[in-house]
Amino acid sequence: MPRERSMTTRELVQATRERVERAACVVRRIIGVPDYDRYVAHVRARHPGTEPLAYEEFVRQRLADRYNRPGTRCC
Amino acid sequence: MSKLVRAGVWAIVALVGTAAFARIALYRGETINAAWLLTAALCVYAIAYRFYSKLIAAKVFALDARRSTPAVRLDDGRDFVPTNRWVVFGHHFAAIAGPGPLVGPTLAAQFGYLPGVIWIIVGVALGGAVQDFVILCASVRRNGKSLGQMAREEIGPVAGATALVAVLGIMIVLLAVLALVVVNALKSSPWGIVTIGLTIPIAMLMGVYLRWIRPGRVLEASAMGIVLIIAALFVGRSVSENATLAPAFTFSGITVAIAVMVYSFTASVLPVWLLLAPRDYLSAFVKIGVVLALALGIIISLPPLHMPALTRFTDGTGPVFAGKVFPFAFITIACGAISGFHALVSSGTTPKMLASEPDARMIGYGSMLMESLVAVMALIAACALTPGVYFAINAPAGAIGTTAASAAEAVRHWGFTLNPGDMEALARQVGEKTLLSRTGGAPSLALGMAQLFANVLGGGAALAIWYHFAIMFEALFILTTLDAGTRVGRFMIQDLGKHLWAPIGRPAWYPAIVLSSALIVAMWGHFLYQGVIDPLGGINSLWPLFGISNQLLAAVALCVATTVFIKMGKVRYSFITLMPLAWLTIVTMAAGWQKMFSPDPTLGFISHAKVIQGQIASGALPAGVATVAAARRMIFNDYLDAAVAAFFMVSVVVILADSFREWYVVLAGRKPAVSSEVPFETPFAVTGD
Repeated sequence: MPRERSMTTRELVQATRERVERAACVVRRIIGVPDYDRYVAHVRARHPGTEPLAYEEFVRQRLADRYNRPGTRCC
Repeated sequence: MSKLVRAGVWAIVALVGTAAFARIALYRGETINAAWLLTAALCVYAIAYRFYSKLIAAKVFALDARRSTPAVRLDDGRDFVPTNRWVVFGHHFAAIAGPGPLVGPTLAAQFGYLPGVIWIIVGVALGGAVQDFVILCASVRRNGKSLGQMAREEIGPVAGATALVAVLGIMIVLLAVLALVVVNALKSSPWGIVTIGLTIPIAMLMGVYLRWIRPGRVLEASAMGIVLIIAALFVGRSVSENATLAPAFTFSGITVAIAVMVYSFTASVLPVWLLLAPRDYLSAFVKIGVVLALALGIIISLPPLHMPALTRFTDGTGPVFAGKVFPFAFITIACGAISGFHALVSSGTTPKMLASEPDARMIGYGSMLMESLVAVMALIAACALTPGVYFAINAPAGAIGTTAASAAEAVRHWGFTLNPGDMEALARQVGEKTLLSRTGGAPSLALGMAQLFANVLGGGAALAIWYHFAIMFEALFILTTLDAGTRVGRFMIQDLGKHLWAPIGRPAWYPAIVLSSALIVAMWGHFLYQGVIDPLGGINSLWPLFGISNQLLAAVALCVATTVFIKMGKVRYSFITLMPLAWLTIVTMAAGWQKMFSPDPTLGFISHAKVIQGQIASGALPAGVATVAAARRMIFNDYLDAAVAAFFMVSVVVILADSFREWYVVLAGRKPAVSSEVPFETPFAVTGD
């Protein structure tokens, strides 16, 4: 019995963690944080054979792009 | 049956909305409850969204979930990313909502609540939300092209070039006026300056954390940042209560203005990850949090509005800014009713994120309705103050003098009451030396919000903390607009400047970066400095210029949209964009003309210059001006402001003329009406042959 209980607790923790992670993901995208994981998944799926940019370089490019043209924010 | 029920529900919404509107417009008692304004707004928004935006979605663009969006077609995992519509909604709202919808309605409250609330509610339903929505649709159908590109390709090269230069002009005026709002909120306020000053090292700490300590953990870093800025709020209080430290952190307007310029220049030349990006994340959280808190505060306390429906200042003699209710109420409130700047966002990042075409309705039209609601709430917060307090805070020293007694006398003269002792007590209660002539809207909004929040939580004892909390967030996101805007302006100067001198266009050449950053800061800094030393308060000349420029951009957007309608063969529906376009043209032209040529020296730039010229000639000096050289500089600035107004008016005429020409040749059949939309393409495999 205790074995089974610990399983459900673990599942609960796991489920909560997933839910928090999903919510965090939504918040990150709303405030405009570059989504590296999605980018890597995209490159792997659509452009097999090409190596995705390293994390640092990806973030640098995304941020540079966000702050060099009008249209990313208003007054 | 269910159809009947639905019709019944909408009929009730319409009835309730009409009743609320009638109450707002006709009621002339002592106070009116904020609930009436909110009800009228929400009913109109619901009806406008359900019926008007649906008409645009279905009849004009025929938005179709089967038609691929640029995000789906061009998905590159970076720019073009199909995104959940609620995420795009939040992202778009955070991008369009800034200090604009908070400050404009606060300033326009000098006419009473009625003109502001009508313009915000009607303007957004028929103007602002329409503009944001149609530009978003047009851009989505054109692979996410920007407003400038669409102006060039749809209307013509003349309109395109004018729009490009106008955007730079608008940036400069916008940055100057927002900086002025911040300066007026922080001058001679040690509490404010320490709190805001501390947000800079806090942001840099977040930047370092995100780069080296735990890369990519933005939410951790933001949580840390939020805890630290709350701590900074209390550090600010300790400094303001310390007899030796407080004077050391009490700065004049000019000193704060120079500090803001130095800060923006620095932020523009530093790497983005160190200061700009972390500050932006922090500001986005604070922004959304404060909008929610404001809504909660208003809904829980439903304050009575002490401001009358209409004040005597509709005649143009208002102390906050000069000019009659027409056209100046419609210029003062831009964001919240219609804001051309949104067209840049709607044709910027957002169209590249839409996963499905019909989402454009909720994101384009819907989030502008939300911003409008924020503007209504700001108006409520301002009008919940007693008129005496409102005018004592928002009128420049030239109108009310510099003591509580002279302010009370001036306010009494205007027909309102103000007890000088109360004004001093209120300043002490919020931890400031004085609240007199804190023009720009931020302090009076902060006081209004502090009173709402204190009603809900903490009572009078918490007023000071809430006031400085409100000042901190306003300054935080104004500074975020300033530093990011300066950087964007720097890129625009590099982009335009390379046609004159190629090396300045090199993006990574440090001297070019420094030079163009210095240039853009000098441009808006000049207007800021002029505003800070202006005895009339600066807001009087700068805010209308900002309003005119913002509405000019809206006119460009509506011209582009009308051209798109005509080329799609939907000329029948062009009234949707022509209606707000006609109104904005009338408003900008009337306001621009009056700012230039009005014989009233508080209103017209040229007559103001002539008055000073006359004073110098007769050996006198204008009040509050020490030297002849300073007076001559004021004359120069008047002519400069007049030239800026003229430039914006000429831009409107050029773009309208170029649009009329294009509409004429298409409608007369001399040019085929070919839509430049990307052809229909569906992501699903087509079966059959």
